[in-house]
Amino acid sequence: MDLLALRLSFVLAGLTTAALLVIGLPIAHWLSTTRWRWKVLVEATVALPLVLPPTVLGFYLLVSFGPRSPLGRAFTAATGHTLAFSFEGLLLASILYSLPFAVQPFAAALARVDRRLVEAAHGLGASPLRTFFVVSLPLALPGIVAGAVLTFAHTLGEFGVVLMVGGNVPGSTRTLSISVFDAVEQLDYATAGRTSLVLLAVSFAVLVVTYTLQHRSLLA
Amino acid sequence: MRPDARRAGPSLAFDLERHFRDGPVVRAALEVPLDAEPVTVLFGPSGSGKTTVLRCLAGLDRPERGFIRFRDETWFDAATRGFVPPQRRGVGLLFQEYALFPHLSVAANIGFGLARAPRAERNARVLEVARFLRIEELLDRRPARISGGQRQRVALARSLAPRPRLLLLDEPLSALDGPTREELRGELRSLLEHSGIPSLVVTHDRVEALALGDRLAVLAEGSVRQVGPVHEVFSAPADLVVARVVGTENVAPASIVSRDAGLALVRVGTAQLLALDPGGLHDEAFACIRAEEVVLETAPGTPTSARNELTAEVRTVSPEGPLVRVTLDCGFRLVTLVTRRSADRLALAPGSRAVALVKASAIRLVPRAS
Repeated sequence: MDLLALRLSFVLAGLTTAALLVIGLPIAHWLSTTRWRWKVLVEATVALPLVLPPTVLGFYLLVSFGPRSPLGRAFTAATGHTLAFSFEGLLLASILYSLPFAVQPFAAALARVDRRLVEAAHGLGASPLRTFFVVSLPLALPGIVAGAVLTFAHTLGEFGVVLMVGGNVPGSTRTLSISVFDAVEQLDYATAGRTSLVLLAVSFAVLVVTYTLQHRSLLA
Repeated sequence: MRPDARRAGPSLAFDLERHFRDGPVVRAALEVPLDAEPVTVLFGPSGSGKTTVLRCLAGLDRPERGFIRFRDETWFDAATRGFVPPQRRGVGLLFQEYALFPHLSVAANIGFGLARAPRAERNARVLEVARFLRIEELLDRRPARISGGQRQRVALARSLAPRPRLLLLDEPLSALDGPTREELRGELRSLLEHSGIPSLVVTHDRVEALALGDRLAVLAEGSVRQVGPVHEVFSAPADLVVARVVGTENVAPASIVSRDAGLALVRVGTAQLLALDPGGLHDEAFACIRAEEVVLETAPGTPTSARNELTAEVRTVSPEGPLVRVTLDCGFRLVTLVTRRSADRLALAPGSRAVALVKASAIRLVPRAS
């Protein structure tokens, strides 16, 4: 079994989840509270990765990571290597690709928090920021954990986008799913089977955790 | 802006209009003195916009037009687009369903509005307010683990802890079951009075309005129709709309003379009435008699089961649909409703004598704690 790929996949999934907690929570909070009439545009943008083929998303990312794009040039100038086919590029791609898997459950959980509790907090002098951390966040926690777990699992299993922007560099972009693909191509079914089994077990465990949390949050 | 609208003393004054998409327009204008009677009741049927007014005052909703002024501060002004956020109004708002934070202990709920105070000071204040409301033993519990009546007190404690300058209470007793509501009604009145904070209570419950309020403002059909002392508004509605909202009920201040075996003897005006003792009576109460439940005779005659027989002089007789509204002076002003045929048979006319019969059980006493 490809232990290097296993480790890389978990590191990638962990960092993607952490990044999406930081980026996704403000977006979700904004979506669950704004009365802006064009909010659907933001919702649609966040949901795009759900419907776009990973190859299409990957293609656009590859182009924007390339030496002709400002982003690609700036990255190369700063680090000395290209963004495409690097771990950093892969991480960026994963964050965008998993955005709906984090933001949607976060926003749903935050929207379920009783509006009156938020108003009560404001009436008691709490700023919007304090209200978010002391009232909304703790009450939405089961949904937020579920979103984070889903993000982790989704990143663990991604394939198309990785193939497009990451390539197959051992230790830096060769993830579990690529490793399975490789093994099958080389007719090494034993290795492919072991790696697949690990992914299957982890995915199942993650979904059990997610549904448990969801049921609990509904009962609470 | 409108100097003529200002009173001499400090007041909460507002004149606001809130529109709802595809819905009604709520308009309300009122001036609440802050240095006189502590409790003003905003009374109206459900759907009249009472809660909307309260939300606008708390800063949770923004009216489309008008202004809200508190003392010399302008909290809202549609003309200048001025708006003070709820955090800086210093208002305590008691929600209908209390809206306690379910994930925090009772102590943390009460202390929520004291975040800026040093820990020791905050704890001391939480304890002080908890003692005032007699809920010290609940401080470690979660809101889900206490009763409805206790929740109401915790919510009140949470509003009082930061020493608000104004208390807004939205149907404070409606979330409680019958017996608990009876028990807490009088208590709430004395708590509000002793807190020393001017309060505005929203309710559609007449007994609640009588038990809690000093002044009553009737909100109906999109505007404040009448303002005055509670029993006056109830006994003398200014127009038909108000009359429909408050009902045809006689409400008169009563003082307790004696209590015996479940009955109470009260003095109303110069008359004495025997009524059922609702419990919790002290010196002051309101006696409420529905106009439909008064029986009229021309002279004391055969013995009846009615315990109150009041000789009266007819003051006014005015037809009202199939009924006739007869106003009597029987030591206090008593309005009765009888059918036209009865009025004709009794030959009721201004100046004629009559006897009003009222069963003890038809007189409802509403205690006023003080």
